[in-house]
Amino acid sequence: MTAACAVREVTCVRGGRPVLTKVTLDVRSGEVLALVGPNGAGKSSLLGVLAGDLSVAAGDVELDGRPIGSWVPRELARQRSVLLQANDVSFPFRAAEVIEMGRSPWAGASGFADDEQALSAAIDRADVAHLLDRPYTALSGGERARVSLARVLAQDTPVVLLDEPTAALDLRHQEEVMAVARRLARAGKAVVVVLHDLSVAAAWADRVAIIDAGRLVACGPPADVLTAERILAVYGIAVHVVPTPDGHVSVVPRRTEFSDNVSHQGDEASYTHEQDRGRDLP
Amino acid sequence: MTAVVDAAVETRPETSRRGRGTVLLVSLTILLVVGVVMSATIGQLPVTRGEVLGSLLRHLGISTDWAPPSGELVDRTLDHIRYPRVVMSVLVGAALAVSGAVMQAIFGNPLAEPGVVGVSSGAALGASIAIALGLTFGESWSVAALAFVGAFLSTMLVYVTARSAGRTEVVTLLLTGIAVNAIAGAGLALVMFIGDTAAREQIVFWQLGSLNGSLWSEVLVVLVVAVPTTAIAIALAGRYDLLALGERTAGHLGVRVEALRLVSIVLVTLLAAVAVAFAGIIAFVGLVVPHLVRILVGPAHRLLLVASALGGAVLLVWADLLARTVVVGADLPIGLLTALVGGPFFFWLIRRARQRSGGWA
Repeated sequence: MTAACAVREVTCVRGGRPVLTKVTLDVRSGEVLALVGPNGAGKSSLLGVLAGDLSVAAGDVELDGRPIGSWVPRELARQRSVLLQANDVSFPFRAAEVIEMGRSPWAGASGFADDEQALSAAIDRADVAHLLDRPYTALSGGERARVSLARVLAQDTPVVLLDEPTAALDLRHQEEVMAVARRLARAGKAVVVVLHDLSVAAAWADRVAIIDAGRLVACGPPADVLTAERILAVYGIAVHVVPTPDGHVSVVPRRTEFSDNVSHQGDEASYTHEQDRGRDLP
Repeated sequence: MTAVVDAAVETRPETSRRGRGTVLLVSLTILLVVGVVMSATIGQLPVTRGEVLGSLLRHLGISTDWAPPSGELVDRTLDHIRYPRVVMSVLVGAALAVSGAVMQAIFGNPLAEPGVVGVSSGAALGASIAIALGLTFGESWSVAALAFVGAFLSTMLVYVTARSAGRTEVVTLLLTGIAVNAIAGAGLALVMFIGDTAAREQIVFWQLGSLNGSLWSEVLVVLVVAVPTTAIAIALAGRYDLLALGERTAGHLGVRVEALRLVSIVLVTLLAAVAVAFAGIIAFVGLVVPHLVRILVGPAHRLLLVASALGGAVLLVWADLLARTVVVGADLPIGLLTALVGGPFFFWLIRRARQRSGGWA
């Protein structure tokens, strides 16, 4: 399978400090790839490199088999879309106008019907139909995040890069956004999602890439990559990796030292993986 | 089914807003025409509306009975005093409003304006140097050229100092404006100190702003600069919309942000410089007009720029009419009038911006 986008041996330096060191990663069409790692590990930098925003000190960045530097901005905007963490809008554009801006790279290239179709699909998927007339600047954080997601979806590109799309969202919308990502992948797009919640990554991603201190530590199916030992090594926190009834794994911090405050179930430290499994399964 | 409902929900406000845009443009055009005709009729020498119409039609090659006798006092007053002044007020108003709107777009901040951030005083300094040194190359062009240099230097100074991470905080912008205004003010004072009496008078004229004594040669310079720059700004409107999403996101949507910024700075500077060179510092037009337009028809830049150009023209034509008539026999500086309106408006804007960001962010 060809890579929709790829970085090879990429080193990236910002402010005199290496933020990525010799990272090699392929993103395939039809998959959701989750980028996880501690704060400041370089997840957003890697996303920036994949987007073509950051120049690299060494290594190659490719999009659809071509060096990303060789793409002209308009072409690039038709190939990959990006949702950043911060999505401020300077003037009170209506949400509908913000979403329509996602179609701007296609001006002159797609017909009116295509535009309308892409817009209504995006509005539907991001669940923002009721927000269209509101000024973007008057929306709540979660509403802004979803309107911005709709803008990215309207761009309708083969590669979709999402930087913490779930950060400001409630539980239901968080799950819905990840379901949107899955559906994009099923439609053949390559989706890269930066996530903090390892359980969300485990449940929705085909592959999880763990970044730590600018290096790619591991990359593969969630169950292989998200082990308690590796998470302890990378995040410095002991966790339980618990199977869920849906057949995924969930990552839960060990909270034994506070057990006297929160628990009346006796010694949780003695819980084993097997016991967890036994308790969670019906 | 839901898609149909959504589409209906989506279209209605869209058309109503477009409808409001049309209403706004038509009303502004009517206000402009009425203002222009009234400007031509009112003054020390009374001229009837019929004479104005007849004279205008004669210039278009249509002779009527209404036209004043060719070459006589009324005809000469219209041709050499009233018309250039009215055309100048139209052009300068449009130029200032458009330069304000473009500046707000590239700074991502509705408080950016050539007068506020010191671009106008930079232009005035450049123009006053041209006068004080007695530079006279290319008739009216030498003043405009030096005004451009001054305005460009101050724009770059503000831009480099006040921006960080693609946005401009309100406080930084205003503080930078204070600094630039102070430096330009010192420069102006120095030029005044060195210059002779005539130069001094002209510098005072700039600081107050006036359309008195506009010449056709000056109008021509403003026209040649302002019309193409405004057209380019309108052509870039879609990109300014995207820029509102932030520079990185605009880049992700295919905008060449660096190039757009550079072109826009040149546009803003040309417009502000050419307005200041011949009309002096007329503050707040670039702030008030785009803001009111945004309140009425939203922030989309194509309509914003067109309506701002018209609105700026309307504002200055009527302000100039007021300046000439409010005190009998005197010609008030127009900058005084716009500042009188714009100052309180600016207060209101600052208060609003402050409430929204919850303090001086």
